[in-house]
Amino acid sequence: MKKRTGVMLSLALAAGTLLTACGKDDKAADDKKFKVAMVTDTGGVDDKSFNQSAWEGLQKFGADNKLKSGSDFKYLQSNSPSDYAPNLNKLVRDKYDIVYGIGFLMENDIKKVADQQPKGKLAIVDTVVDKKNVASIVFKENEGSFLVGLIAGMQTKSNKVGFVGGVESPLIKKFENGFKAGVKMANPKAEIMIQYAGDFNKAEKGLAIANTFYGKGADIIYHAAGGTGKGIFTEAKNRAKNGKKVWVIGVDRDQFEEGQPQGVTLTSMVKRVDIAVQQVSKDTKEGHFPGGKVVEFGLDKDAVSIAPHKENVSKDALAKVDEFKKKIKDGELKVPKDDKEYEEFLKTLKK
Amino acid sequence: MKMMKGRFFPILVPVFSVILGLIIGAIIMLVSGYDPIAAYGALVTGVFGDSYNLGETVRTATPLILSGLAVAFAFRTGLFNIGVEGQVLVGWLASVYVGISLDAPMVIHLPLAILAGALAGAIWGVIPGLLKAKFKVHEVITTIMMNYIALYGTNGIIRAYLLQPGERTKDIKSSASLGSAFLGELTEGSRMHYGLIVAIIVAVIMWFILWKTTTGYELRAVGFNQHASQYAGINVSKNIILAMAISGAFAGVAGTMEGLGTFQYMSINNAFTGVGFDGIAVSLLGANGSIGIIVAAFLFGGLKQGALEMSSAAGVPTELVGIIIALIIFFVACSYLVHWLTNRFTKGGKL
Repeated sequence: MKKRTGVMLSLALAAGTLLTACGKDDKAADDKKFKVAMVTDTGGVDDKSFNQSAWEGLQKFGADNKLKSGSDFKYLQSNSPSDYAPNLNKLVRDKYDIVYGIGFLMENDIKKVADQQPKGKLAIVDTVVDKKNVASIVFKENEGSFLVGLIAGMQTKSNKVGFVGGVESPLIKKFENGFKAGVKMANPKAEIMIQYAGDFNKAEKGLAIANTFYGKGADIIYHAAGGTGKGIFTEAKNRAKNGKKVWVIGVDRDQFEEGQPQGVTLTSMVKRVDIAVQQVSKDTKEGHFPGGKVVEFGLDKDAVSIAPHKENVSKDALAKVDEFKKKIKDGELKVPKDDKEYEEFLKTLKK
Repeated sequence: MKMMKGRFFPILVPVFSVILGLIIGAIIMLVSGYDPIAAYGALVTGVFGDSYNLGETVRTATPLILSGLAVAFAFRTGLFNIGVEGQVLVGWLASVYVGISLDAPMVIHLPLAILAGALAGAIWGVIPGLLKAKFKVHEVITTIMMNYIALYGTNGIIRAYLLQPGERTKDIKSSASLGSAFLGELTEGSRMHYGLIVAIIVAVIMWFILWKTTTGYELRAVGFNQHASQYAGINVSKNIILAMAISGAFAGVAGTMEGLGTFQYMSINNAFTGVGFDGIAVSLLGANGSIGIIVAAFLFGGLKQGALEMSSAAGVPTELVGIIIALIIFFVACSYLVHWLTNRFTKGGKL
């Protein structure tokens, strides 16, 4: 009998705690404070890529503005693609002043939430969503690619370099044309091989293309091919094991680790999502939310650059990079982003 | 004692498992420095807090009901269908394909798309069923392998034939959509859709087949004892194949919930959706019965949906809900322990 009352009691207690908790509301946050949040894709904030970089940006922004982590600025992790919409919705409804969706995979969900919550301010990274209350953050990949192109042009010994793209699109064309322009600028004699894998996730295709390129005498390959690029690193490392010195140029983030232990990563073209996120947060805080606009981040804001690991890059090449960085920033040089602009660029080069 | 065991025990085990899971979850939170009361409070708000959360909970639970039914149906025939995950994926793709490529009025298009999903799932289920019936290949092994074939096969088909920008297929036509503006408005723009009705119809179908038809009697007989059934003149092979076909069809319909309801398209999945694997847990917790499965699916759907709020409002990582779910399953699975505990509590410590 005694035991039975015990069970009843603990049950009542458990129900009680649940119910009291139900009535409690923790959301009595200071409304005057600026609040900013982001939704990760399924990679989470330790994905060593966009999510992580964006979160670092938010943390920096939070520290600069003395915001409290977890309430004034925070991230929500998505465990599956079906979580994107509820996560975005939750943050907008919790009155966050700006909510970031990290990556183009959230495009559809951002559109939907933007329609449902016309007062909410949203931002998406790496793609363009044409809605009044969505800021689209994109990068001038052609400028960053130009810099790594310079390095490739300077450091190729065979005067042959390669470019491997994922799927041909205006976006990846920006990488290709920026790179080609950089190579030609530094080394007009260099031959550039171009191939598109038709896929962002086929390492075996990347490996096959790299095999062909290196086989034809190229010694540096730049890739803008996501997971397909892994195959290029594998091929380069295999060749390095056999004593042949070949290089890969990484993309989006510092891919130094991918080249280890043979150290085949020459450099990487880095997109600084953190800088972009900080900048847009700052603008929004000052009342200049770029809703409905496409905000381009390029060399002028240091949002595209070469990776911090520079030990494989020669001093001459680094000097060249700095020289052209300045020229691009000053507007003296316009880096081509499509085939037409590249043709024109080549003409100016020949003069 | 006898009565306890006979009537209430099947209900008691899941209920106690859930309570134990929540309590141990609270202990883990305390140990790792989170406030369990705030966390569970947020969990409850995340489910019942407002109509949006409620709508999203229903949305999360809907495919789980169907995948739970799929696992349960096979289980009633003594088969362990781990392949629900793969059957969900092929069902998803088939329904989306029909949804995109056909033009028909809704009364024809929508049922046709759902049936296409069911058919694809059934085919995916029949293959392991045939192998089991004809060659005694264990269904656990084959269904697991079929999951991988489904994951990479559907990804390959989307890449090759249906790819749109954003790593996904086109949106389905509105005549094949389960989504409803009315339900969306009712729930502040959640993605709740009419799939719940489909799920309940399927639950009734399962109950009817199993308990009201001769076929169902044979299926259950095979589940109880294959050899006795064979001796009694039941065609065991036929029943195994039939059970896997129906189970696969249910799973395929679960996939259509994602394709025609939640997403309205199919994206390239980097990993399994989890709907099928959660179905195993739902079926186990729901004691393989139609009503039990619906309740269990809502519990899991609620936990999953509430987890988002838990991480948002109380800062508890969503992984913790994963741990709680695992604990609940663990306790259901070792129902002996719960049995022993209930006896101790109710019978004054006598075993």
